[in-house]
Amino acid sequence: MQLGDGQTTYGLQIQPRMGFFTDTSVCIGCKACEVACKEWNLVPEDGLVWSGNSYDNTGELSANTWRHVAFIEQQLDDGMRWLMSSDVCKHCTHAGCLDVCPTGAITRTEFGTVVIQDDVCNGCGYCVTACPFGVISKREIDGDGGMHKCTLCYDRIEDGLEPACAKACPTKSIQFGPLHELLERAHGRLEDLHEAGVDDACLYGANEDDGVGGMGSVFLLLDEPEVYGLPPDPVDPTRNLGTIWGAAGAAAALLAVGVAFAFVGGGDD
Amino acid sequence: MTESRLSYYGKPIIKEPVWKAEIPNYFFIGGLAGGSATLSAAARAAGNEQLARRALYVAAAGVTVSPYYLIKDLGRPRRFYNMLRVFKVTSPMSVGTWIVASEGTSTGIAAACELFGILPRVRGAAQVVSGLLGPAMASYTGALVADSVVPVWHESRRELPLLFASSSAAAAGGLAAALTPVASARPARRLGLLGAVAELVTHKVMERRMGELVAEPYKKGEGGRYAKAAEAATLSGVGLMLLAGRTRTGAAAAGVLLAAGSWSTRFAVHHAGKTSAADPKYTSIPQRERAAERGQPAVTG
Repeated sequence: MQLGDGQTTYGLQIQPRMGFFTDTSVCIGCKACEVACKEWNLVPEDGLVWSGNSYDNTGELSANTWRHVAFIEQQLDDGMRWLMSSDVCKHCTHAGCLDVCPTGAITRTEFGTVVIQDDVCNGCGYCVTACPFGVISKREIDGDGGMHKCTLCYDRIEDGLEPACAKACPTKSIQFGPLHELLERAHGRLEDLHEAGVDDACLYGANEDDGVGGMGSVFLLLDEPEVYGLPPDPVDPTRNLGTIWGAAGAAAALLAVGVAFAFVGGGDD
Repeated sequence: MTESRLSYYGKPIIKEPVWKAEIPNYFFIGGLAGGSATLSAAARAAGNEQLARRALYVAAAGVTVSPYYLIKDLGRPRRFYNMLRVFKVTSPMSVGTWIVASEGTSTGIAAACELFGILPRVRGAAQVVSGLLGPAMASYTGALVADSVVPVWHESRRELPLLFASSSAAAAGGLAAALTPVASARPARRLGLLGAVAELVTHKVMERRMGELVAEPYKKGEGGRYAKAAEAATLSGVGLMLLAGRTRTGAAAAGVLLAAGSWSTRFAVHHAGKTSAADPKYTSIPQRERAAERGQPAVTG
């Protein structure tokens, strides 16, 4: 079973790693997931605007949008097609946000999910720069100042319920469950689609050899990831931390040598 | 088949950093403090009391102001102390918090003892700690921004710490040269010159290694303006220091120019990062090239 980094520290309290499988081929763009998420998690209203981008009016994932339905209108040779996809936090195996959080506010739960503890977060914003998917941002409403994102409904799954978005999804485009089961289902669905002649269908986040060690939210896509606003090759920046600390150590040493060199030959003219 | 787009309606793929001007200001002031602390400790060891005292006061002023900028930028400033409950090597900001706290304490003690002329042994010990931590204080901020998904920062992860360290040396040497009588200021002038040349060279190397596309935010917009200003100020600071650094006025002007160049360098990095995150091409195109070269592990089937 694929586990999240640090999940094993829960000892006997460890739970199966839980996640999402978002099958965009059956998404109808109803946005019930967006609404259910906002309602359950008390995510505040952040403006009611028309984006002009098809039926999208939330725009992107942010502190105030934890499920975002993308609408993509494409002109094909034989007409047009409409892609719809509900995006969400990836709950990465190697989560950049969690790695860089300096207060310990971001933690790995016993379910292998990644959660921001709102009462600990001091709003430094480092996690925002460490997420390869642009999931986290700062909430500027009512002087909040903290960083927010999807919790995979930690409060619900602790009580054996499914997350609000999955519960509300009328087409089972959003499925919730133990990650290894979801992966099996995702591969099965992919095979079916390929057999049916949908050659472009692919899975996103289903490979533990990717730059984030595999994702807790797996997607079935019908086009390239960037069309949906997803990075084509996401990498947890902390993967290169050895190089970074090495460069910092070398720089510090060079500065010390430079200062010593400045005194060679005495201090007077 | 379908039109190949760089992102969803041209929107950014990653989020723009939320840090405001306080952060590059801190990078400059913290770096200046770190460089000055080490310069002061070395001057003390070399018996150059005039230089040691002035550099120590600059370092003390820097470590006093630094926490103000760091805390002011937080979304929830009153919770700043939550950073002091944790130590994480995977977070350069966490490591940096402890570097800043230790550097601030040791430099503060040394400067207070110096100012009141008391406890010479305590002052000596504090100054050793402060001098040893100085290079860490000047370099870790480069590691901090490098450990991010912002392309222009992450792709220069090998050069950023050196850029920040040399920029700190230029500012510390320059300001100490400006404040110290010329007869005692030779090491400060040399450090300023050495730092400035290293800063200019490192910036060039950094841009070249990143390649034209990823380095573009240093050529245009706010990042480009600050990068140009940094280069102009640092170059003229070097020229003036070489020509007139042995006069008090010349050294003062040259020192201020070197510090201004150092300050502009941090703002160039800050703004280049914002540009780099805001335009999806900086994320999508290099990742696509990488995927074409080494395969695309995130996508299966």
